[in-house]
Amino acid sequence: MSAEPLLEVSDLVKHFPIRRGVLFPRQVGAVRAVDGVSFTVARGETLGLVGESGSGKSTLARVLLCLLQATSGQVKFEGRDILGNGVDEMRLLRQSMQMVFQDPFSSLNPRMTAGDAIAESLRVYGIASGAALKARVVDLLDRVGLDTEAARRFPHEFSGGQRQRIGIARALAISPKLVICDEPVSALDVSVQAQVINLLQDLQEELGLTYLFISHDLSIVKHVSDRVAVMYLGKLVEIGEAEELFRAPLHPYTEALLSAIPEPDADRKRDQVLLEGDIPSPANPPSGCRFHTRCRYAMPICSQSEPQLTDAGGDHLVACHLRT
Amino acid sequence: MTSADKTAETGVIQTGPVQDKFLGIPIKAMTRRRLANFRANKRGFWSLWIFLILFVLSLGAELVANDKPFLVRYDGGWYFPAFVSYPETTFGGDLPTETDYRDRFVESQIRDKGWILWPPVPFSYATINYELPTPAPSPPTAVNWLGTDDQGRDVVARLIYGFRISVLFGLTLTVLSSVIGIAAGAVQGYFGGLIDLLFQRFIEVWSGLPTLYLLIILASIVQPNFWWLLGIMLLFSWMGLVNLVRAEFLRARNFDYVRAARALGVSDPVIIVRHVLPNAMVATLTFLPFILSGSVTTLTALDFLGFGLPIGSPSLGELLNQGKNNLQAPWLGIAGFLVVAIMLSLLVFIGEAVRDAFDPRKLTT
Repeated sequence: MSAEPLLEVSDLVKHFPIRRGVLFPRQVGAVRAVDGVSFTVARGETLGLVGESGSGKSTLARVLLCLLQATSGQVKFEGRDILGNGVDEMRLLRQSMQMVFQDPFSSLNPRMTAGDAIAESLRVYGIASGAALKARVVDLLDRVGLDTEAARRFPHEFSGGQRQRIGIARALAISPKLVICDEPVSALDVSVQAQVINLLQDLQEELGLTYLFISHDLSIVKHVSDRVAVMYLGKLVEIGEAEELFRAPLHPYTEALLSAIPEPDADRKRDQVLLEGDIPSPANPPSGCRFHTRCRYAMPICSQSEPQLTDAGGDHLVACHLRT
Repeated sequence: MTSADKTAETGVIQTGPVQDKFLGIPIKAMTRRRLANFRANKRGFWSLWIFLILFVLSLGAELVANDKPFLVRYDGGWYFPAFVSYPETTFGGDLPTETDYRDRFVESQIRDKGWILWPPVPFSYATINYELPTPAPSPPTAVNWLGTDDQGRDVVARLIYGFRISVLFGLTLTVLSSVIGIAAGAVQGYFGGLIDLLFQRFIEVWSGLPTLYLLIILASIVQPNFWWLLGIMLLFSWMGLVNLVRAEFLRARNFDYVRAARALGVSDPVIIVRHVLPNAMVATLTFLPFILSGSVTTLTALDFLGFGLPIGSPSLGELLNQGKNNLQAPWLGIAGFLVVAIMLSLLVFIGEAVRDAFDPRKLTT
């Protein structure tokens, strides 16, 4: 890991206020989608972010891109604080941070050709025009494995995998340093998932990209990530080197998630950890450790005090009373 | 002007060697497909041509139906009475007033030393035919093809001028109210929140005002002319599209591709115009033919009730009213009805074809 992380998130909070009253709305609570999250992403690495649905992964991604305004906290990109910046700085910042969206069917404007979609950011930032623009679009299409003819076609003429390739080309058009992939393959067929994942990895090697890879599919995260962060109900519960974390999970939630990975060998006996019930409402999270309502190791202290993210050795951080 | 605005016009990335052209203007691949789709709809395509021919003919109504000839050859000179006013003395008359070319005396004067070229219908909308074989309203004859109304005015001439004023009124009202309505709906839907809330309450109050009574009150204060009517109708008709466009924008502003554009750093006005508006336009276009035919119907209805265009104006509604008052003269009502019905049908057929051509899911036929 290099000395200065590319992205440094500290204590990031995003609450969605719940308002009541028609004439005089007052805030009666908040959905704590992201509730004090800190982590770093090093240059050139892939940080996997996992968690079941409703744990705040996508909200976190949107806050990082300033698509949503953070409630509090700090996000540093290359050492510069990016929250609370002016519009002009924001535009500059977005040149180095891009996103690949989950649903390739809704993330492309149905009325713009693939070429137009890819060229849009180049035009917005005045990076290229005319013949240079054309050449750049062709080059990008080539990089993601689509032929030149694709530039003239509309999204509905492509398959899901091809659309996601266009989405990737669009994100890469302005040569970002960090690409946030918000479940980039979960809307695709399994056979196509592998192609897109491999494409993302090849591009990372070629262009020296840094990924924040959000997914609920642990097998994919295991495959692509250098490090993995596990999120539960707006909080990070564990973060560490991918291999280490998958080999020896420290948090009971991670343990439960890992045991849910389908095993190729059906006869092999394994210790299955079943999670009971649903994820609690983020508007009214459980006291103490947020996981204690579903944790099979729950102790009295778990419902009283909130465990802090502490280093369990070897850059492996975990927030659990069991481990402290 | 930002670089985004400038480059927004540069169009599609053309990778092939052939640049599409329509009427000599380069067009996008999508526009070409829309044109092809529109042509594929035979009914809409022919309706457009018929309507355009009728509309263009009615734009030159002065050359089709006029009580002034468009060319007179008299005593070795050329005269264009349809465009230039000549005193009667020019043609050997006694009075310095403008020539009445329908006058027997004047006509014989001119025919003595030259000839007259009349338009196909030698009556204007206000020309009273004093030589009717029967009392007005008189039935169709070789002179008055569809008869005359109860004041001896030629029905064909009044229909031509009435058609023109109806279509012009409808088109102007539709264009203006669409522009205002789409802009208002777009701002509300895209920004949402307080802007949306205040605007919606305003529209609720505003739409509660009774248009017809306002027109009746206004008619007692001023003599409403074309522009007065247009203004009053516009005050209320712009709301027709607002909710539709607003709903489309509310839906679209959370689409991933709008988010993606925002993440790319595209500015709000550009996102509205380039990403959201084109997708909201399908639903909007679906309504446009109905707004257009609605505008035409509104003017006709007001004229029918007597609160529309000034007395004496050529208007389809007024003709229908005469038809109602003179049931013994069915040519009035039937002629008025047929023109209104055909005009509205053509507009709806065209509208349907346009709507289908813009449907993104129907790109290949």
